[in-house]
Amino acid sequence: MPSFFRQIEQKTWWKRRPKILRNLSAKIAALPMIAVALVGFVGCSVWSIVYSFTSSKSLPKERFVGFKQYDRLFDSSRWQTSVENVAVYGICSLVFSLVVGFLLAVALDQKIRFENTFRTIFLYPFALSFIVTGLVWQWLLNADFGVAQVIRDIGFTSFELNILSNRDYAIYAIIIAGLWQGTGFVMALMLAGLRGIDQDIWKASRVDGIPAWRTYLFIVIPMMKPVFITTLVIIASGIVKVFDLVVALTAGGPGGSSELPAKYVYDFMFGRANLGQALAASTVMLTTVLIILIPWAYLEFSHKKDSENG
Amino acid sequence: MSSVAISDLSLSFGSVEVLKSLNLEVDEGEFIVLLGPSGCGKSTLLNCIAGLLDVTAGQIFINGNNVTWDEPKDRGIGMVFQSYALYPQMSVEKNLSFGLKVAGLPKAEVQERVSKAAEILQIEPLLKRKPAALSGGQRQRVAIGRALVRDVNVFLFDEPLSNLDAKLRTDLRVELKRLHQRLGNTMIYVTHDQIEALTLADRIAIMKDGLIQQLDTPAGIYNNPTNRFVAGFIGSPGMNFISGTLEDDAGQWFFAAPDLRIPLNDYAFTGNPTAGQQVEIGIRPEHVVLNDVSEAGFVTLQVEADIVEPMGADTVLWTKLAGNNLTIRTDSESTVKSGDSLSASFNPARASIFAQDGSRV
Amino acid sequence: MAEAVANKMQGPQGPKPKRIISGRNIVLYGFLIVAALYWLLPLYVMVVTSLKGLPEVRMGNIFSPPMEITFEPWVKAWDSACTGLYCEGLKVGFWNSIKILIPSTVISIIIASVNGYALSFWRFKGSEIFFTILLFGAFIPYQVMLYPLVIILRELGLFSSLGGVVLVHTIFGMPILTLLFRNYFAGVPDELFKAARVDGAGFWRIFFQIMLPMSLPIFVVAIILQVTGIWNDFLFGIIYAGTTNFPMTVQLNNIVNSTQGVKEYNVNMAATLLTGALPLIVYFVSGKLFVRGIAAGAVKG
Repeated sequence: MPSFFRQIEQKTWWKRRPKILRNLSAKIAALPMIAVALVGFVGCSVWSIVYSFTSSKSLPKERFVGFKQYDRLFDSSRWQTSVENVAVYGICSLVFSLVVGFLLAVALDQKIRFENTFRTIFLYPFALSFIVTGLVWQWLLNADFGVAQVIRDIGFTSFELNILSNRDYAIYAIIIAGLWQGTGFVMALMLAGLRGIDQDIWKASRVDGIPAWRTYLFIVIPMMKPVFITTLVIIASGIVKVFDLVVALTAGGPGGSSELPAKYVYDFMFGRANLGQALAASTVMLTTVLIILIPWAYLEFSHKKDSENG
Repeated sequence: MSSVAISDLSLSFGSVEVLKSLNLEVDEGEFIVLLGPSGCGKSTLLNCIAGLLDVTAGQIFINGNNVTWDEPKDRGIGMVFQSYALYPQMSVEKNLSFGLKVAGLPKAEVQERVSKAAEILQIEPLLKRKPAALSGGQRQRVAIGRALVRDVNVFLFDEPLSNLDAKLRTDLRVELKRLHQRLGNTMIYVTHDQIEALTLADRIAIMKDGLIQQLDTPAGIYNNPTNRFVAGFIGSPGMNFISGTLEDDAGQWFFAAPDLRIPLNDYAFTGNPTAGQQVEIGIRPEHVVLNDVSEAGFVTLQVEADIVEPMGADTVLWTKLAGNNLTIRTDSESTVKSGDSLSASFNPARASIFAQDGSRV
Repeated sequence: MAEAVANKMQGPQGPKPKRIISGRNIVLYGFLIVAALYWLLPLYVMVVTSLKGLPEVRMGNIFSPPMEITFEPWVKAWDSACTGLYCEGLKVGFWNSIKILIPSTVISIIIASVNGYALSFWRFKGSEIFFTILLFGAFIPYQVMLYPLVIILRELGLFSSLGGVVLVHTIFGMPILTLLFRNYFAGVPDELFKAARVDGAGFWRIFFQIMLPMSLPIFVVAIILQVTGIWNDFLFGIIYAGTTNFPMTVQLNNIVNSTQGVKEYNVNMAATLLTGALPLIVYFVSGKLFVRGIAAGAVKG
């Protein structure tokens, strides 16, 4: 370029602000996010992991004891029960809520009457607190006055249904209540997925004479794979967090038979003043979630990187 | 003095180089069209000129000022977008005056500029309406108005007519040309539509892979494409390409392919032809005429009609010439049928010959 | 020819008759109605139980409608039910919940909307990395962060206070809300933003004058999401709010699961309904927006 231009450039060099100051408002606006991401999520998790290797009791102390807390954790029968329970709860919730949620969504997708009413009915429990859900089902499953009494009234006078006070079945009460609350949500996600499918697929399968159930099974469900995976991840991360429902419905009882990991952590952290043990348990929970999450995140984000082009 | 000058401009997104050390000078009052296939970097270049993208290297000058680091508002430009980009919750009047109010202009001045722009674009009855209540053509007028009120020397258009239907597009194209004649501003216009480019531009810059392939007047681009890409990109139906070799027969050049030999006495070579060189000859469909033409310089060949496409104003024939495809544009009165054997003539002086690397020979 | 005309008169003509009672419809509606009953029964039982006197609850069938409607359980639940420590009813918890709800909702939405806007239009080096960390945070079990947050709040002097629990709600609401706003603003045409830049508007002016007025629906979705989420919270309330500020859910659990005295099932159900009332009202009023809210983070738009 002619020297004429270079002259002007020298005159205006000062206009350029230092890098950190450019886009300053956006950086200020993002400060809360940065603080939460770094201090809240990363910082707190790292702190918990580090202190899970200490013998901290009611207050955090830097007395490191290696994997002792983890040894004690895996030896604890209460933790074993918690893990078994969360596995049973998780598998039952996943299978039932996916199957029932999908069937409900398919039923609602048949251009039926009162679609809105039905959808509203299936989804309303999701608006409620787990505490509310737990207390309602505590009452319904009450051995003396609940559904059991109704069946006795019908004529089965010797009918007994006391799953809440039965060590082997209490966890199933939690599953029933959890499904009542959460299945509608799965249905809503599935319905959104079904509605997102190209309607021409249906026209094509009708012209080809493929029965509806086959279309669902072999065409629609494979097309909805992303929706299923996302739903799965959401349900799974919800399962790990279940806490309020147990507190309200069984309080972990009878005799600790319906404990769950989240409640185990809470009890050791705030009730039993055994911080090291609680943090070890929480670290195990975190690891489990990451094992579920990282492959999913990898799948989800790896093949949509190059989407920016002018 | 040039109105907009771009010097060694580069832009990369990560490892992807979108613009590669690009140079362009636009004269005052000139209408420049950036034309190219999608992904060629034409919109990116326009966004760099507007200051909406930070450049990786190079400089941008507008009206003699180095604006490389300036904010868009300080560059003395107005911009019109493909999706109109009207602020949905503001009336047309507010849309037009928003930028002026931001700049802190006195109310009377804002009022005056808005009503002048509205008068030029004939959108006065629409001033109180919201964008949602306007048709596509009306929205685009408002978008142009928003650039107009800024009272700047350089207008940037980013595919402004692409969202309109065919008829409206033609109407607005004419109006844009009229507007340019009336205002005399510098206009830089991005499009992928070659008709828009040919009809509007003073000069066209054909872009590919972040580089300007050719910068020339519409006639220059059309008649003397500088490389194989430009030749194939401009024209519809596209230029015919036939592969063959150059032959030197005692100082007389020939293009030779199996069953085909075309004398090139009148062809003006631009490069250095060598005998035996692999080349492609490019012939525009509209430069071929049916029947035997005995005029000097014309060559007559035998072709066989394959498919006949009546287009209304003219008819396109898809024919076979010695095993190669050759399309011919002829008038709509043509009575040629599929399978007919025909004589076709053309003047090799108007053809283009490209070497294997795509450059013109 | 004549035959064809005759055929024309006989064959199917006009709209194809539809059978309302078909095998398919019986199965379809049968399934839906049975499912609907299952989902409605608990609500029904809650309502009828809360309107019965205690003797009738003990005598009768949980499904039978009340013989004598009484609102006494509701009054007691609101005004004088015992939590084990004192007997002031749920009203204390209700007002605590309101005091937690309003600032938490307002603050978290303000921060998240500006943040989502910055992430969509004003990206800077590292902004996407922080956002990814934030999203991962949405999946981290709360248990991992509970104690460190206790320490942080104690250092800030906010532990066991309204301010503390508001801050915690703001932190944990941030991932989903930021995602919600970011996705919404990502759907706003980039050219609109560019046009505003050419017009000379900066970060805040574009946000307030261009983006805010056109994003009211997403604010409603965010409010629904936060109101139901914060109202239904139990864990943060019990840990961070402090005994005097316990939200309604914590109080409800204390009332129903307190071991002292006679179990007053009708009062318990009235209390449960009272606690569930606000989110239920929000749900029934907002309808489709609620669905959009809960699906917002899940199924990307």
